[in-house]
Amino acid sequence: MKKTLFDKVWDSHVVSSVENGPDILYIDKHLIHEVTSPQAFNVLEEKEIPLFRPNQVVATADHNVPTENQHLPIQDALSRKQVTQLSKNCEKYGVTLYGLGHPYQGIVHVIGPELGVTQPGMTMVCGDSHTSTHGAFGTIAFGIGTSQVAQVFASQCVLVAKPKSMRVTVSGDVHPDVQPKDVVLYIIAKLGTDAGTGYFVEFAGSVFEQMSMEGRMTVCNMSIEMGARGGMIAPDQTTFDYVSGREFAPKDEALEQKIAYWKTLPTDDGAHFDLEHHFDATDIRPMITYGTNPGMGIKISENIPESNDASFIKSLNYMGLKAGSSLLHMPISHVFIGSCTNSRIEDFRAAAQYVEGKQKSPDVSALIVPGSQQVAKQIVAEGLDRVFEKAGFVLRQPGCSACLAMNDDKIPAEAYCVSTSNRNFEGRQGQGARTLLASPVTAAAAAIAGKIVDVTQH
Amino acid sequence: MEKFEILESGMVPLTIENIDTDQIIPARFLKATDRKGFGENLFRDWRFTNDNQPKEDFVLNNSAYAGAILVAGNNFGCGSSREHAAWALADYGFKVVVSSFFADIFKGNALNNGILPIQVSPNELQAIFAAIDNNSSVRANVDLEAQQFRIDEAGIAIPFEINTYKKMCMINGYDDIDYLLSQKEAIIAFEQNRL
Ligand code: SF4
Repeated sequence: MKKTLFDKVWDSHVVSSVENGPDILYIDKHLIHEVTSPQAFNVLEEKEIPLFRPNQVVATADHNVPTENQHLPIQDALSRKQVTQLSKNCEKYGVTLYGLGHPYQGIVHVIGPELGVTQPGMTMVCGDSHTSTHGAFGTIAFGIGTSQVAQVFASQCVLVAKPKSMRVTVSGDVHPDVQPKDVVLYIIAKLGTDAGTGYFVEFAGSVFEQMSMEGRMTVCNMSIEMGARGGMIAPDQTTFDYVSGREFAPKDEALEQKIAYWKTLPTDDGAHFDLEHHFDATDIRPMITYGTNPGMGIKISENIPESNDASFIKSLNYMGLKAGSSLLHMPISHVFIGSCTNSRIEDFRAAAQYVEGKQKSPDVSALIVPGSQQVAKQIVAEGLDRVFEKAGFVLRQPGCSACLAMNDDKIPAEAYCVSTSNRNFEGRQGQGARTLLASPVTAAAAAIAGKIVDVTQH
Repeated sequence: MEKFEILESGMVPLTIENIDTDQIIPARFLKATDRKGFGENLFRDWRFTNDNQPKEDFVLNNSAYAGAILVAGNNFGCGSSREHAAWALADYGFKVVVSSFFADIFKGNALNNGILPIQVSPNELQAIFAAIDNNSSVRANVDLEAQQFRIDEAGIAIPFEINTYKKMCMINGYDDIDYLLSQKEAIIAFEQNRL
C-alpha cells in the first residue's frame, strides 16, 4: 500500500490499538520543561511508580526563567520554586537536565534539534503545543497535556487516535524578501486557525524543499496555529546534513544505516491524503497579523479586512485597529525577536543583516532573545551582538521571554509589539499588550523605523 | 477520576469564538507546582479588572447564569497545550463544555480531567444560545450513556459523538495511565522487537 510520510512513522510506532479506541503510540523522545512537568512527576509520586525510560527524557528550563542575570538565584519566589522543583525531579528520576547555567540550556524546541536529539522518523512529545517544530525533520512530534506527560513517564507511550492527514503544497519561487515565517503566516491566514484541527499536516513542494532546516522548523512550529496537531516535512539531504555531527546524532556506520532508513520515509507517489491544499509561492509577500489569533494576518501592504462578525470586532477593539485601514507607517513601541519560532542563528543573521549600520528608533525598545545558549554563543562568535548593540537593541539570555510573558519580559498594556513569536492572543505578551506577528526582518525593520514598514520597499 | 453518568444543570453562555487557553488561564498563573486553585483565575483578564474588581459585563460575574455547563463559541481551547486550562475549568466547577468545535489538545486534556467536551453543529450551538437567551436559568440534561444533550424546555435534543474507549473511561472513572500500565508487557515486547 502507498503510504504517506506520516503513515510510515506512525504505523511503525503503534504498540497496539484499543478496540474502538485510540492507538498506543510508542514515544522515542520525551522533552520536558519546568511548567508542565511538576504535576506529572506528582502523579508518579502518588501512584508510587517509577519513571519507565529516563534515558528517553530530556529536560530544560525555559518558560519561566529570567533572561538577565541567569547566574543569580531567580528573584520571583514562585518561579524559583518551579525551576528548583524541576532540578529535584530530574535528579530523583534520573533525567538529563540542561538547566540554567548549562551550556545546552535553551527553549526546548531549539535545543532538541540543535543537540541532535531530534532525528527523522522518530516520535516525540512534550508538554508544549509547539512540539510540532520537530516535525521539520520528518518526525511525528506533538504537544501533550500534563496527564499525558505522566502517562509517558509511566509507560513511554500515549493513547491517541490517529489523526487525519493533510498535505499543504507550496510551489514556485518565493519573492527574495519573503522569509519562512511569512510563508507559514500566509498559509494560516488563508486556511484559518481551526483548519488543521484533527489533522497532521505534511508541508510539501519546492518552497519547503529549498528551505533550510531552520526555516522548516519555523514553518512546522506554527502548524499548531492552524489547529493541526503537528506538521512534517520529508527528510532529505538538507536534513541529513543538519543532523550529522550533532552531539546526540548517530555516528559513522550507525549514521549511514539511519540515513538509508530515513531515505525510505518520504511520502510514496500516489499516497492518499484526506485533504490537500495548494498555494502559489509567487503570491506570498511579507506578512503581519492585525488581530488576536494567528489566522488574522495580511500581506503587510494590504488593508485590514472588514467583517461584521462579533469576535472579529472584539478582536480589532482589543488591538485598537480599524477595519479597512492599513498597518503601514503605524508607530510601534516594542519589538521582540525570539521564541521557538524565530530564535535560531539564521533568524538573528537575517535581522542583523538588515540592522547593520542603522540605528533603532528612540521610541522603540527592541529585545533580542536567543533560543539557546549555543545560539547565544554563535551570535557572539559571528559578531552579531555588536551589530545589535550598536543599533540600540538589547541582547538577553536564552528563554521563552516575551513570547508568553511568564517572566519579567512583558509588553505594557496597549503597546504595539512587532513580535517574531507565534501567538498574538489577548494578553499573551502581557496584560493588554497588542502583538503583531511577523518575521525577524520585518520586526528588525519596525525597530529601526519606529513604525511598520514593508521590507520589500526598503 | 470522578465517574460521569448524567448531569442536569444550568448553563453559562460565552459566545466568543476562538477562545484560547491563554484566555482560559493566563501564563502568569502557571507557576504552581500542583493542580489546585486554578478556578480562581479562570478567564482572569476577562473576569477581573487590573485591580481585581469583577467586571460586571462578563458572564461569570452575572448571577443570572449558573451551572456546570459552559457553552462557548466555535474553536474552543485553541493555543497552548497547558492542561491548567482544563484544571481551571474543573476547579471552577464546570463538568461539560459545549461548542461547535474544539481544539485537539484541549479536548484530550478535558477528557483526562473528567470534563466532557460536547461538539454540536453551528446551528445547534445557536439554538442552545437562543434557549439560554430566552431563559437564563434554563436547564440542560447531559446523558453520557445515551450520548445525548437535551434542553427539554426548548425542545432541544442533540446526539453527540464520543469514542467508545473514552466513554468507558468517563463512565467508570478510569484514567489512561492505569490502562497504559496494564499494557507494560506489550510495550516491552514492542521495544525488544525494534532493536
Ligand atoms: S517560546 Fe513561546 S511558544 Fe515557544 S515554547 Fe516558549 S512559550 Fe511556548
